[in-house]
Amino acid sequence: MNSHAHAIAPHQTVSPTGPVHRRPAVELQDASVVFGSGDNIVTALSPTSLKLESGDFVALVGPSGCGKSTILRLVSNLIKQSSGLVLVGGKEAAAKELRIGMAFQNPTMLPWLTIEQNVMMPLKIVAPFKQTYLRDRKGAFRDRVHALLEQVGLKDFAGHYPWQLSGGMLQRSNMCRALIHEPDLLLLDEPFGALDQFTREELWQILQDLYLDRKPTVLLVTHDLREAGFLSRRICVMSARPGRIISDEAVNIPQPRDIGMIYSPEFVEMTQGLRELIAQVRK
Amino acid sequence: MTEKNRIRLLSFSLIFGFFLMWEVLCLLLNVSDLVLPRPSEIIVTLWVKFPVLWPHILQTLYSTLTGFVLGVMIGVTLGVIVGTSKVAYAVAYPLLVGFSSIPKVAVVPIFVLWFGSGTTPAILTAMVICVFPIVVNIATGLATTEPDLEDVLKTLGASKKEILWNVGLPRTMPYFFASLKVAITLSFVGAVLSETVASNRGIGNVMMTASSNFQVSLVFAGLIVLALLGVALYAFFSLLERRVTGWATRGNDIAVT
Repeated sequence: MNSHAHAIAPHQTVSPTGPVHRRPAVELQDASVVFGSGDNIVTALSPTSLKLESGDFVALVGPSGCGKSTILRLVSNLIKQSSGLVLVGGKEAAAKELRIGMAFQNPTMLPWLTIEQNVMMPLKIVAPFKQTYLRDRKGAFRDRVHALLEQVGLKDFAGHYPWQLSGGMLQRSNMCRALIHEPDLLLLDEPFGALDQFTREELWQILQDLYLDRKPTVLLVTHDLREAGFLSRRICVMSARPGRIISDEAVNIPQPRDIGMIYSPEFVEMTQGLRELIAQVRK
Repeated sequence: MTEKNRIRLLSFSLIFGFFLMWEVLCLLLNVSDLVLPRPSEIIVTLWVKFPVLWPHILQTLYSTLTGFVLGVMIGVTLGVIVGTSKVAYAVAYPLLVGFSSIPKVAVVPIFVLWFGSGTTPAILTAMVICVFPIVVNIATGLATTEPDLEDVLKTLGASKKEILWNVGLPRTMPYFFASLKVAITLSFVGAVLSETVASNRGIGNVMMTASSNFQVSLVFAGLIVLALLGVALYAFFSLLERRVTGWATRGNDIAVT
């Protein structure tokens, strides 16, 4: 596992990232989201407060429709809060103070581009990479994409089109695209939801390696409790619709964690506790 | 590959059989060549008159392609404007449908009135007739772009222009090329139509003149030329389409959901 660490080292010399941010990476203060107007009001998120320290890995779990994804969409500025405050890197989400990488439940690869071109897309859009995109896309950027694809075992598929890849491979590409521009903040919206257990566990380990390698701040939305427990340092549980956070617990297991751990009694006990909590709030 | 060749062979046989039947029926029923000339006569006429026809072929192609290029430029611009804005889509649609339902034959006299007879009305007819399918297809392609795909770029902080350039337009290409195939044939029809009514050059005019002089086999030779040109133009854009938007016709069932 640790052998991957060297593979990624050259990237950091390319990256012009500044010093690590010390203020909270993400902060929600009584942020709520309401859709519609008049009689057709739908509350997607009740006033919720949440804080993520820089470099933290927080998992957000809860029953479906509780507003987990809404929080991600707020932080990534895809939607605006109806009230309260959403701060990313200490500023309004719209200011894009932090570099954000996001992976959705659907891999959403652009079908007209190869995997390499898809993964390279953030480098075309995000500063400071975009300034040198035309010069570097055939050189430094391509090497960077290939190194990352190699790390997730997709080296030979760089030139393939999305429809030629399996669901698991697409999710790996998706992960690469979320990470290629070395985001300060990684937002994951059930990225492994549609995969089988083996592929999922494999991708958990890959994600753990990538996380420990670069230590971005991660906010992972999932309804898989084992996934939350294995990957994250903190688990926040949300109540049923309209959601708010009802429990916020640290996961005190040192990283890197071994996948066999999820079958240990302590781990099962922890996930069991979470399960009961969610079962209660679903009612 | 054998399956492909078999289809090609069948297709060729069908065309050949059609002309053969025409020839045989004309001979058997003793049809006058003033009514329906035999294919063999038409081919002879085509061969003999080709030097005379050639400048007219070029003229028709010139009008068609000029009108088509103008139509594509206007169509794409309007399509992008209408497709990227929900309001523009809703507001402009009734007007566009209204324009499209006017029979284009009806605009030829107006163009003649404004610009006199000749090349200009042919180009303009070719243009107006092909604008609508392009506008509709570009607008539809843009308006139906999966929000998921756009979200990928939005989270990266992409501008509207970057999203249009990297997601909207590429995703619209299959729609665009489908409309080009329709548009080029329409332009061709428009140019010939206008030449028939108001021009002293072009295949349309040749057929009109030949018809009033009872040179029936020349009229049919004109038809054959039109059919060949139409097929050639269509084939060219089909080929272009396959080259540019191959991704859309290969099993994209797992690509986007």
